[in-house]
Amino acid sequence: MTRITAWRRHPLARYAVLILALALVGMVYTAFVQAGRPADAALASGKLDDVAAGKSLFEVHCASCHGMNAQGTSTGPTLIGVGAAAVDFQMSTGRMPASNPGAQVPRKPMAGWVTPDKIRQIGAFVQSLGGGPQVPGKEQVDPALGDAGKGGELFRANCIQCHNWAGAGGALTQGKYAPNLNQATPTQIYEAMATGPQAMPVFNDTTITPEEKRSMIAYITQVREQKDPGGFGLGRIGPVTEGLVGWVVGITALVLASIWITAKKRQKS
Amino acid sequence: MSSDLTTVPKGVAGPSNFLDERIGGANFLKRNLRKVFPDHWSFLLGEIALYAFILLLLTGTFLTLWFKPGMGEIAYNGSYAPLRGVMMSEAYASSLEISFDVRGGLLVRQMHHWAALLFVSGMMVHMLRVFFTGAYRKPRELNWLIGVLLLTLALVEGLTGYSLPDDLLSGAGLRITEGVAISLPLVGTYITFFLFGGEYPGEDIISRFYSLHILLIPGLILALVSAHLVLMWVQKHTQMPGKGRTNKNVVGAPFYPAFMAKAGAYTLFTFAVVAGLATFTQINPIWLFGPYTPADISAGSQPDWYMGFLEGSLRLMPSWEINLFGTSHAGTLPLSVIIPALVPLGLVMTGLALYPFLERWITGDHREHHIAERPRNNPHRTSIGMAAITFYGVLWLLGANDELSANFQISLNWTTYIGRVLVFVGPALAYIITYRVCLGLQRSDAAVVSHGVESGVIKRLPHGEFIEIHTPPADDIEAHVRGKEAVQMLPVEADGAGIPPKGMRGPLGKLRARMSRAYGGEKIALDEGHGHEDEHAAIGSGEDRSLTH
Repeated sequence: MTRITAWRRHPLARYAVLILALALVGMVYTAFVQAGRPADAALASGKLDDVAAGKSLFEVHCASCHGMNAQGTSTGPTLIGVGAAAVDFQMSTGRMPASNPGAQVPRKPMAGWVTPDKIRQIGAFVQSLGGGPQVPGKEQVDPALGDAGKGGELFRANCIQCHNWAGAGGALTQGKYAPNLNQATPTQIYEAMATGPQAMPVFNDTTITPEEKRSMIAYITQVREQKDPGGFGLGRIGPVTEGLVGWVVGITALVLASIWITAKKRQKS
Repeated sequence: MSSDLTTVPKGVAGPSNFLDERIGGANFLKRNLRKVFPDHWSFLLGEIALYAFILLLLTGTFLTLWFKPGMGEIAYNGSYAPLRGVMMSEAYASSLEISFDVRGGLLVRQMHHWAALLFVSGMMVHMLRVFFTGAYRKPRELNWLIGVLLLTLALVEGLTGYSLPDDLLSGAGLRITEGVAISLPLVGTYITFFLFGGEYPGEDIISRFYSLHILLIPGLILALVSAHLVLMWVQKHTQMPGKGRTNKNVVGAPFYPAFMAKAGAYTLFTFAVVAGLATFTQINPIWLFGPYTPADISAGSQPDWYMGFLEGSLRLMPSWEINLFGTSHAGTLPLSVIIPALVPLGLVMTGLALYPFLERWITGDHREHHIAERPRNNPHRTSIGMAAITFYGVLWLLGANDELSANFQISLNWTTYIGRVLVFVGPALAYIITYRVCLGLQRSDAAVVSHGVESGVIKRLPHGEFIEIHTPPADDIEAHVRGKEAVQMLPVEADGAGIPPKGMRGPLGKLRARMSRAYGGEKIALDEGHGHEDEHAAIGSGEDRSLTH
């Protein structure tokens, strides 16, 4: 019996192999998961300075409404568990910090101090409070990788009852509204679905899988980049503007023509 | 060679003789080619609808060459990328094919749709002209009724037409149609199952609407349009009051060559406007809506404009319903659907159809009228018309309340609340305001006739007073204004013993007498005892007095 064989048959060998295998699986798993979750990666790899920087930014810019510990106040909801995706959506669309409370906070240009880095830091802080949806990676929102046909069906089934068939937006009750989707970046569309900002419901990964979300993004971006084949698109909101043009342009032109035609009287010879 | 101009060329004489000897064409043509048509821009408005209809027949025929009125499910494989691989009906797929794969198909589809919008708007402005000038009065009541029927048919034609492509937007309209049909008490379910061939949406509705849309309704419209035109031709056109115009003549230009040239030009104008709109402005982009499935609905779902007032009444209506015997098992009467679907439409259409007869009943006016009335000279009719327009307009506007809310940042709830008030208050206000405006315009007419027109020349009298010189109005203007005729009134005055005339004694008779007294009679006489005064005080109360007489 050689020494190696003796080790192999040692009573503790099976436990050693088990521990090694578990460690290997764990390492591989962590490596894969880290690739997909940058904020967790930041936390796991000890980049806690992001969280600390985010906390101080949060205390200056957000805490007046959301509370010092993001627990929420009467003017702003709690941010525990909303995730970095919610922070990225709200801040990159300029909705947060809000300028004044109303039925709905509108999209607006980002405040002067807001930079992608600061959004990431505040996101890391909020993420550290209670987890939640992460900011999607580039590949997750790449329209080129989606199936627009499938995405269109999902879009029609889930989105257009508020956002309109072409993403032109629409009214909701009590002054709330579904915004126009034309300005939203693929990342923002993804984040909106994952976090359900304001009046919007959450479409989490079990309701609509990340691949399906990507297909919907493919449909939305394809349709909005499309040049209207029939001429001026009239805001793509359908019969209301069409009727308006029919009366204001069509009937007006024809009435003017009728006035012009009858204005010339036959000269008496 | 001047004699050549007076001899008829052989090529013309031959066929003319041939026709004349067989069907008496010469007399017919002589009579009709010289028919006189009065000249007023508003008399051309009906022709918008006529020429749009011709265009609809032409473009519609083109579309039938490719359209497949089927509801069989197929996977789309055409050239519009974002829908590739999506399951859809043959009708929708063939509409996409017309839009993207048939040469000129999209242009013709858009022309068809724009022409449809102008067809109904043309009818409507024409109808308003006829209403406000009283051109529907005897002997033209039957032609008015044909017009009302045509308008109703046009609405049905529009509804069946925009349902055909089977896109998501038209499906929403179809769903509302189904909702209205099924809401009818007792017969609703049967009507719905009969219409859709079973459960909604079934597989029959597109082909059924197709035969209605391309065969039955256009056939009826064509027949009624012909009757409308023949009656107009036989009864002759009304004319606006003016110099030398009486109830017994028509002043204007002969059909050939003057009116024919104008009508021909107007045909081309209408075609040009439709083609121009279709070229530059996208309409009904069905590829954006996606195929219809009963599970999907979009924000901003609206009907075409002529159905907008029904949409608005549906949106304004509170959600009232009555459960028979207190339980929905015994049957539900959904007032929230029946009332908005039937009441405004019924009010507008029945009101239009009955108006000539109601007016005659109230005024007792059985005379023939060939001179059109200026709207101000029948203030109650004009006010009723404006009230109806306001009622229709509020409903129409509120049919788009979601777009108003989204684009003008008004709360959707508030648009509904305001609309509910406005739909009742608006017509009343419109009535009062229009009535006052009409009287004011009559006063200004009276001032022009009895005092002349301000000349702008200020004269200073020896004692220092400044006066403005008034000059008599031009002949044609005065004739136009003097064409006014008091609205006829029933003999309603009681006799010496205080007994009202026969037929005015019961409750209905009393009502009729009161309405007649309000509706008829001269409100503001044109001349009230003054002759022409040449001079008026330029400042002070002198001017104002002329307005109050």
